[in-house]
Amino acid sequence: MTDVLYDLPGPRARARNLVIAVLTTVGVVAVAAYVAYRLIATDQFSELRLTQFQYTAVQQELLNGLLATLKAAVIATALALVFGAVFAAARLSDHALIRVPATWVVELFRAIPLLILIFFFYYVPLQYKLHIDTLWALVLGLTLYNGSVLAEIFRAGILAVPRGQSEAAYAIGLRKTQVMVSVLLPQAVRAMLPAIVSQLVVLLKDTALGFIITYPELLYAAKQIGSRGSFDFPYVVSYLIVAAIYIGICSALSAFAYWLQKRMSRSRRTAARPVPIDQAAAAEAGGVGGVGA
Amino acid sequence: MNTFLHTLTDNGELFWRGFKTTIELFLISAIGSLVLGTLLAAARVSPVPILRAVGMTYVQVLRNTPLTLIFAFLVFAGPKLDIGLEYFPSACVALIAYTSAFICEVVRAGVNTVSPGQAEAARALGMTFPQVTGQIVLPQAFRSIVPPLMSVLIAMLKNTTIAAGFSVVEAGAIPQYMSERGENQFATLIWIVIGFLLLIAPLVTLQRTLERKWGVAR
Amino acid sequence: MRVQRLAAVAAIATLGFGLAACGKSGTPTATPGNGASSGAAGTGDQCVSSGANLTPAGNVSLTGSPTYDKVKSGGKVVVGVKADQPNLGYKDASGNRCGFDIEIAQLVAAKLGVAKDKIEYKEIPSANRETAIKGGEIDYYVGTYSITDKRKADVAFAGPYFIAGQDLLVRKDDSSITGPDSLKGKKVCSASGSTPLQRVRDKKLTEDANISEFKTYSECVSQLLDKRVDAVTTDDAILKGYAAQNPSKLKVVGKPFSEEKYGIGLAHDDKALRDFVNDALAAAEKDGVWQKIYDGTLGKSGSSATVPPLERY
Repeated sequence: MTDVLYDLPGPRARARNLVIAVLTTVGVVAVAAYVAYRLIATDQFSELRLTQFQYTAVQQELLNGLLATLKAAVIATALALVFGAVFAAARLSDHALIRVPATWVVELFRAIPLLILIFFFYYVPLQYKLHIDTLWALVLGLTLYNGSVLAEIFRAGILAVPRGQSEAAYAIGLRKTQVMVSVLLPQAVRAMLPAIVSQLVVLLKDTALGFIITYPELLYAAKQIGSRGSFDFPYVVSYLIVAAIYIGICSALSAFAYWLQKRMSRSRRTAARPVPIDQAAAAEAGGVGGVGA
Repeated sequence: MNTFLHTLTDNGELFWRGFKTTIELFLISAIGSLVLGTLLAAARVSPVPILRAVGMTYVQVLRNTPLTLIFAFLVFAGPKLDIGLEYFPSACVALIAYTSAFICEVVRAGVNTVSPGQAEAARALGMTFPQVTGQIVLPQAFRSIVPPLMSVLIAMLKNTTIAAGFSVVEAGAIPQYMSERGENQFATLIWIVIGFLLLIAPLVTLQRTLERKWGVAR
Repeated sequence: MRVQRLAAVAAIATLGFGLAACGKSGTPTATPGNGASSGAAGTGDQCVSSGANLTPAGNVSLTGSPTYDKVKSGGKVVVGVKADQPNLGYKDASGNRCGFDIEIAQLVAAKLGVAKDKIEYKEIPSANRETAIKGGEIDYYVGTYSITDKRKADVAFAGPYFIAGQDLLVRKDDSSITGPDSLKGKKVCSASGSTPLQRVRDKKLTEDANISEFKTYSECVSQLLDKRVDAVTTDDAILKGYAAQNPSKLKVVGKPFSEEKYGIGLAHDDKALRDFVNDALAAAEKDGVWQKIYDGTLGKSGSSATVPPLERY
């Protein structure tokens, strides 16, 4: 679409575009130079500030943080998929008694800020002398929120299979479960896989909220390392390192989701239209998916 | 039930202060990220390759960074570079930087929903790029942009709670204060949820209404 | 699509770079000082223990304590500590822990018959201490934990094993803050849920909007150095450690305006353990172990040492 917005540039347009391009380049270089200047002027990469990153203990600290992040993400993913499947099934139920409460639950958990959900599992049990690890407070919060979003994705995936498919299946005498298991699900899974992967990126990013309840994940490790006064508070370096790790992992997952989507849209093995993988794509076809934190 | 009510009434000033800050944070960041997001989207569909690259890089980086990390960077690393802000403006900047990447994508995708024939016809009439986008494409894209835009803004409203971890006393910081005061945490959190539901409900209703109204027309 | 693929390649490259960078510099230089660091790095990050004799007791006679039963059957003890307070509770870049609180924790563990390497440390921020003890997340807590009546409703305290006072840490070139009465209009930072913070609020030492709070004091110190706040307030023992880390930029005002009795936080109803820990502290104060620990840790930042009388209840 974007290339039909404008004609092939003529001489004047070419000149104007060149000016804009030069201005943009100058702007980008200026910003980069300013940042570089600030980094150097404030001596962020001084020997003292870099010292601790050379120790295996500190590298181990970062690695432990990363592993804690991945651990929370993996457990929460597994639980959220189960939660999503159960509630998607409930929302598609023919019985209002099941469908209506399930709808309310899904809507509610999508409306509560994730941090507040995590606080529920963090502050409340302790008040009643129950002990919940920060890991589980984080995981349960992530599960309820992402599980609810996944429930919507699953539902959208099932509904994306053309009605004719289930009608035909009913017509040849299949029962409800059979229709779901052998006709709808196999096609829906393909349609919603990219959206699921994309939601997992959101979930992975959201594990960083563990920082606020002092779950020792990657961001928390970065803060610990950055706040060491005897190394002149190397916050900048430690945050840049974890930013590279987060961006690396999340970009790889996002790219995988896009790749899946492209593959799905070419594939002829499902009649269902792919479930849009994020808010952006949702503009093209009213879909679900999260922004995350 | 009595304790439940008292949790709110005894600490009314704290809840008021918290939610007031949340709303301020939301309004400022919403306007900021709408402006920045639209500019970014314009950059991403512009005829200038470098402008497109800048827009794409920004979106790629910001979308794949946890918002909490952006907050932490602004509050702890920023001052080290002598470019730090106060805590409230830092929170606004973090929210705007993060949310605008999503808004950019929504606007760009909305542009893609308009049939190419529309732009081609406009161009055949001799319209320039600003005319094509401003008079033909964007007005039509608007109806498919608004509902997902609302979703992004709702997500941002919820994300304001993260500022609590960075010395901004908004709704998300209330549990910490209440814990210090030895108040019932369950009741506290329920009241906060109610507060957020009250804030989100009108946004969701508006979103669904528009979706229904414009969804049929498409 | 080509753009997407490029992005993927870039992403994987970034990730690979990140991992490679970690691996490459993985020289096992566990002892600070002989790495790349020069003399400038010798600001006392490396943990040194006081050398006090803390051999685990052979036969422990402690009955009726659920916490001890758990320790005994598990063969380890979980201790709540802080990790960012020099000379009190600190973890250095090699992962070693040291400080007055840490060694007091080790002392108690030794009396419970637990060896140093069987101690599991958990870093618990101020705001979560009561809940961590109540919830059984830790067996006991040693980390600048002031004994207050309000906290006694939730947890039990052995001790006090030290007395500190609330003071102010300011930038060295700042002469406008001379004590608690000169804080009006100044930005003050402290840890969420700490007594010093509550005192600032209760006594209205500065305006509500001027109070910043973070999870740990070291974050406040960073903000102080960056001029985001004007003073960090907490106990002098803690502040002196930070001032010692950065003597050219920070100073302690030196006018304590409270009395903080540091206790060991224990489960509320475990009186048997409380009495046992009090006995352990009394013994250590008598046989010179307390003094030795003190001289080798807190004494280095120049606080005065007086053995506080135990408050048994």
